[in-house]
Amino acid sequence: MSDQGAGRLAVRKTYKLFIGGAFPRSESGRTYQVAGHDGAPLAHAAQASRKDARDAVTAARAAVGKWSGATAYNRGQVLYRVAEMLEGRAAQFAAEVAAAEGAGEAEAASRVDAAIDRWVWYAGWPDKVAQVAGGANAVAGPYFNFSIPEPTGVVAVLAPQESSLLGLVSVLAPVIATGNAAVVVTSQRRPLPAVTLSEVLATSDLPGGVVNMLTGVTAELAPVLAGHMDVNAIDITGADPDARAELERLAAASVKRVFSAAEDWAAPPAPRRMLAFLETKTVWHPMGT
Amino acid sequence: MAESVWQYAPAPQEREIVTIAPSYGLFVDGEFAPAEDEQTFATVNPASEEPLAQVALAGQADVDRAVRAARAAFENVWGPMPGAQRAKYIYRIARIIAERAREFAVLESIDNGKPIRESRDVDVPLASAHFFYYAGWADKLEYAGYGAAGPVGVAGQIIPWNFPLLMAAWKLAPALAAGNTCVLKPAETTPLTALLLAEVCQQAGLPPGVVNIVTGAGETGAAVAGHPGVDKIAFTGSTEVGKLILGSAAGTGKKLTMELGGKAANVVFEDAPMEAAVEGIVNGIFFNQGHVCCAGSRLLVQESVADTLLDRLKGRLGTLRLGDPLDKNTDIGAINSREQLEKIRELSAAGETEGAQRWSPPCPLPDRGYWFPPTLFTGVSPAHRIAREEIFGPVLSVLTFRTPAEAVQKANNTPYGLSAGIWTEKGSRILWMAQRLRAGVVWANTYNRFDPASPFGGYRESGFGREGGRHGLEAYLDV
Repeated sequence: MSDQGAGRLAVRKTYKLFIGGAFPRSESGRTYQVAGHDGAPLAHAAQASRKDARDAVTAARAAVGKWSGATAYNRGQVLYRVAEMLEGRAAQFAAEVAAAEGAGEAEAASRVDAAIDRWVWYAGWPDKVAQVAGGANAVAGPYFNFSIPEPTGVVAVLAPQESSLLGLVSVLAPVIATGNAAVVVTSQRRPLPAVTLSEVLATSDLPGGVVNMLTGVTAELAPVLAGHMDVNAIDITGADPDARAELERLAAASVKRVFSAAEDWAAPPAPRRMLAFLETKTVWHPMGT
Repeated sequence: MAESVWQYAPAPQEREIVTIAPSYGLFVDGEFAPAEDEQTFATVNPASEEPLAQVALAGQADVDRAVRAARAAFENVWGPMPGAQRAKYIYRIARIIAERAREFAVLESIDNGKPIRESRDVDVPLASAHFFYYAGWADKLEYAGYGAAGPVGVAGQIIPWNFPLLMAAWKLAPALAAGNTCVLKPAETTPLTALLLAEVCQQAGLPPGVVNIVTGAGETGAAVAGHPGVDKIAFTGSTEVGKLILGSAAGTGKKLTMELGGKAANVVFEDAPMEAAVEGIVNGIFFNQGHVCCAGSRLLVQESVADTLLDRLKGRLGTLRLGDPLDKNTDIGAINSREQLEKIRELSAAGETEGAQRWSPPCPLPDRGYWFPPTLFTGVSPAHRIAREEIFGPVLSVLTFRTPAEAVQKANNTPYGLSAGIWTEKGSRILWMAQRLRAGVVWANTYNRFDPASPFGGYRESGFGREGGRHGLEAYLDV
């Protein structure tokens, strides 16, 4: 990001939204200035509008069929590929995390490492979650009865406000590992690592629309997603505590699954963030000659 | 019959991708080295009888060294290592196998005799997928349902020649994921892909001693299984050898898993989708020349459709192409060894002597190499040797039944219990049959499907323990 050195002027990046696999500006034309932890301006980010949020839901809905219909093995391979791409961009992420979170160089690098390892952890789950969350049910009759977990569909995610990459990965990876498509509202003040993550996702064989990333004002976008009739679930971890009741009220209109759990993002993960966005399907079939 | 219908030009897979060294050492403590007494044996190409390489013959001293290396690696490096770290190594192995997939496939076909179509499309991708799958368990063991159980220790693993690389993957991947270290003994007729896998372990940066590969025959295997420093024995092979290993392990407290022989029934009901059933029967018994422990070697067909099915089946057998394993059009490759060929010939002769009718399509065999034509026997009674004993070759015994109950009774009339097939359009009958068949894997309207996520293993004298899926971890956890 430096303009100094050897007389060469740096080429700066325009940070944009990520919707349906493309990188549009906000349809509203709005941007907002993103500052580093020290208050110095870093860049302008797109300020997504309500319309952008609705477009993102449409893109996510269109992607659900292909992504949830892919074999679990394939989803695991694609997610692992994302981890490989993250590793290659580790230095870039570390610089962005350091600027956003005010961490020292080593601390920022270790947060990025943790985020990559977190992604690897989730990459192993697609072909295992059915054996952990599903199974055969011993019913009292001549029936074969089994339950399998299936993705709920489109999940809106309000990413944590403080942890710009590790927190984001910790809430996003579990949603898509099981076959859902996600519409993410990034950290409002620290959105830049999320935009770079979008660039990784765009080059990792992840079908367009499986992850959509909106930068902007969380309080403006969250109600649109919470009240959207074609969103199946919402993770409100990144919402202002005072706004949660209203978001849950809006979510009730379409019986959305609402999940909220702030965590110590550095602590080992658990499957609960996957289980929150799975439906259990139980199948009965008679047995007999 | 159909032999003149399809004329194919040769479509050879180029073999320059593979470099076979004149000789190979043992892979112990991260390095290749000759056997202490410098003994070697030859591995040959079963399709041409040409010697491929001299391979070190591991003796007791070499097995000692391998077990010591595995123990040290278990205690100092691999056992204490966080699961997430182990996962990364195993992911690397999966990726490198995928990157070198064509090389593995060609080498496998050269050393084993199996068609390149199968090594390329089945063995090698599944081997990579198996490592990939278990890599993902290495950092999730607490969610596998076995509490806080840790690794067993040093695993001695003895694998057969029918799927050399794939069986190595089935053994190593879950063992490594669970935190064990390994001493693997490949079959003496097919050591080359295991030794290439050793090179992959080096490329992956796997710490020395975590995987050790000792080549040799039965004596080497006995030295591995009988070694007091081995905590766990995993064996895939014949029921006969499995019983010997079990006997010698008695009283030692070693943890054991056995994946042994089979004599699977492939049951076809009158309402079966016939085209699919014919393909399934062919895949069931002629896949990999019938060198498959779960092969559908007993066809049980409902009497009302037996003649129709047999006509179609014979027509289909006439289109199978036997020959050069490296030809991409080949369906049936070479029998893996002269010894195995003799066994197939002996049992087939017994079939005729005991009164069953033998049939093969017109099928010219190459002059050199070990070959056996696709063969089926009709008029087989459950008492015949070809209905009871595992032939492990491209030989199908056909029996008939009238009712579902009789099908179950005949299917279970075997000391084995590895797998079974069911062909019917009626779902309730599939599940009714599946419930009654004493077999560890039941395929319905398909056959010989394998997946890292799916547990595989036998009932009764086909062994115990499962490979694949969450269940496959139990074999390598101290539960």
